[in-house]
Amino acid sequence: MEYTITPHKRCNVITLVGRVDGSTAPSVESALKMVLAENMYNIVIDMTDVDFMSSAGWWVLIETQKECKKSNKGEVVLVNVKEKIRSSLNLVGMDTYFKMFDDVIDAVGSF
Amino acid sequence: MIKKSIEFPGNLESLQAISQFVVQSAKSSGLNDADIYALELAVDEACTNIIEHAYGCQGDNKINCTCESVLDGIKVIIKDSGCAFDPKDAQKPQIGVCLEELKSRGVGIYLMDRLMDEVNHAFIPGGGNVLTLVKRHSV
Repeated sequence: MEYTITPHKRCNVITLVGRVDGSTAPSVESALKMVLAENMYNIVIDMTDVDFMSSAGWWVLIETQKECKKSNKGEVVLVNVKEKIRSSLNLVGMDTYFKMFDDVIDAVGSF
Repeated sequence: MIKKSIEFPGNLESLQAISQFVVQSAKSSGLNDADIYALELAVDEACTNIIEHAYGCQGDNKINCTCESVLDGIKVIIKDSGCAFDPKDAQKPQIGVCLEELKSRGVGIYLMDRLMDEVNHAFIPGGGNVLTLVKRHSV
């Protein structure tokens, strides 16, 4: 699992590449904590190149969303979540906690 | 019918290798892409629970994984030597609660139940657990 962080004027885009499971979710958590440590709470997560995400990964996203939405500081939005991942999110109702976009430009423009 | 077993180190770094083994076996069994992902996710959640809870992320433990093609799909048998744990005893996940109240409990086991056609658990006399997951071809 690899990630890149791209700062924009009103948000940060975190691009994830690879598989997010119990062994790689801590890397995702590190990336998100790095952004939060800069007091940046508007976050776009580009999941175009994520082929697998277990609940270990979802919980990292959920905890970050909680932190961002606290006192309306900001929000985590997701881009290009593959249908198979989205279906499993739907099963546990987790899809309702995130806005989803098909395009990074639209997601960045939403802030 | 094809049957193959592999023993993996019981740590989180094994999750990818376990997935690769299960996905390859599921492809050989003729499952479609959606069913393969469902099986991959269910097995990953099961093995993560074993590593984190039955083994406590410690020690030189093993996970034995067997994939068996059956007439109407695939059967995956996962054996561990950790603390006895029946998935039926797990807390139920919260669904439909507001974000602030959401807590990370029981989602993996709930997912296994929803994604698989059969989920069976048995204790191994002397210690350990056997979890059997069955995924049938979608019609």
